[in-house]
Amino acid sequence: MLALDFAFFTPELISGYIVKGFIFSLQLTLVAMVGGIILGTLLALMRLSGRPWLVMPAAAYVNTMRSIPLVMVILWFFLLIPLVIGKPLGAETSAIITFTLFEAAYYSEIMRAGIQSISRGQVAAGYALGMSYRQTMGLIVLPQAFRNMLPVLLTQTIILFQDTSLVYAIGAYDLLKGFEIAGKNFNRPVETYLVAAVLYFIISFSLSMLVRKLQQRIAIVR
Amino acid sequence: MSTWDWQVFCKETTSGEVASTCFGKGGDITYLDWLLSAWGWTLSVSVLALVVALVFGSLMGILRTTPHRGLVLLGNAWTELFRNIPLLVQIFLWYHVVPALFPILRGVPSFILVVMGLGLFTSARISEQVRAGIQSLAGGQRMAGLAMGFSLPQTYRHVLLPMAYRIIIPPLTSESMNIIKNSSVAFAVSISELTLFALQAQEETSRGIEVYLAVTGLYFISAFAINRAALFIENRVRVPGMIGGGGH
Repeated sequence: MLALDFAFFTPELISGYIVKGFIFSLQLTLVAMVGGIILGTLLALMRLSGRPWLVMPAAAYVNTMRSIPLVMVILWFFLLIPLVIGKPLGAETSAIITFTLFEAAYYSEIMRAGIQSISRGQVAAGYALGMSYRQTMGLIVLPQAFRNMLPVLLTQTIILFQDTSLVYAIGAYDLLKGFEIAGKNFNRPVETYLVAAVLYFIISFSLSMLVRKLQQRIAIVR
Repeated sequence: MSTWDWQVFCKETTSGEVASTCFGKGGDITYLDWLLSAWGWTLSVSVLALVVALVFGSLMGILRTTPHRGLVLLGNAWTELFRNIPLLVQIFLWYHVVPALFPILRGVPSFILVVMGLGLFTSARISEQVRAGIQSLAGGQRMAGLAMGFSLPQTYRHVLLPMAYRIIIPPLTSESMNIIKNSSVAFAVSISELTLFALQAQEETSRGIEVYLAVTGLYFISAFAINRAALFIENRVRVPGMIGGGGH
């Protein structure tokens, strides 16, 4: 049995290696969440619009993204973005673009389910009051869909937070990378990976407990 | 952008010369050989991990529906543990930490460690589905089983599980497709599967688009094949009279 020694986890190590990665992981999660939900809602509206020239590209985009492993999507974007914009792009920026566009596909499926859960009568009522499509969606349907789906959207965000560790594939400096480099430099990989796992667990577990609480509160109101 | 060059797959990996048959001869391999063997690794990791996931996921899912508090707690703890740590971190734990903590496991090939990592990660999701499947059955079914004189294991074996598994075939199908996708993280511990092939062949040949397209296509085909297989099973085990069941 190997003797574990966590004494090397000093504040200097944490501020030198971990904090930088942690901030990037959080930044990536938040940007991809906000951007993904906005794009995802647009995709969902396209898919529910009933116009084939909007439905088909949106469906193709969502289905393609959902059938490719995230690691491959990360690699694809890292390869293609520089070809499209004509200059090399840092791994971190590439990761932010990739996750926003990738998560949009998953959020769009959630928003589509949310919009479909609103009864048709509400849309009809909106039109009957003389509201336009934009007003009906923006003032009546989307707020309710968003509210109903909030727990699912947040659960997806917890998955997104865990998935940010996959930027390992292109060498971006995220939370996991911080732990890995610290482990290599102090020659203590076993301890650093263990602490990384515990930290990811604490964050994901407490967030999912919060989502569960929120779910109960929303369920009562409804 | 440059033009397509699919001939890259016929090149030998060491000399870079184009093999006439597209397959390597006498110990040499072409990128096509490598691609196919990588596909084999992806499928092996996925299928074995699925077996591990089904065994542990079913066991833990069943425990969570038993009347014993301790067993429910064990099942819940298992599910939360494996669900709340990122897959890549779990793979690293299996690869770097588990052999260091348990010296008996030091000689275990990394392929087995990845299968365990991916399998137990997925077992948490399957345990959720099995639990939901059992709980979706009317409570009277369990009581009827017990009232007939079945023991609790017999009630599960003959009454609850046959129905529960049929109900959860659709979510199990998507989980099986997820396993194919998730097996891509095995590249991080140097399993020579599709994603590692994509990374290395892209670097060696500078033909990233062709290489990635081939790899992505194989992921598509694999997931689609699982989807068809699951549909076949679903049709074979249909219970007449249920929603979606056969009418005969």
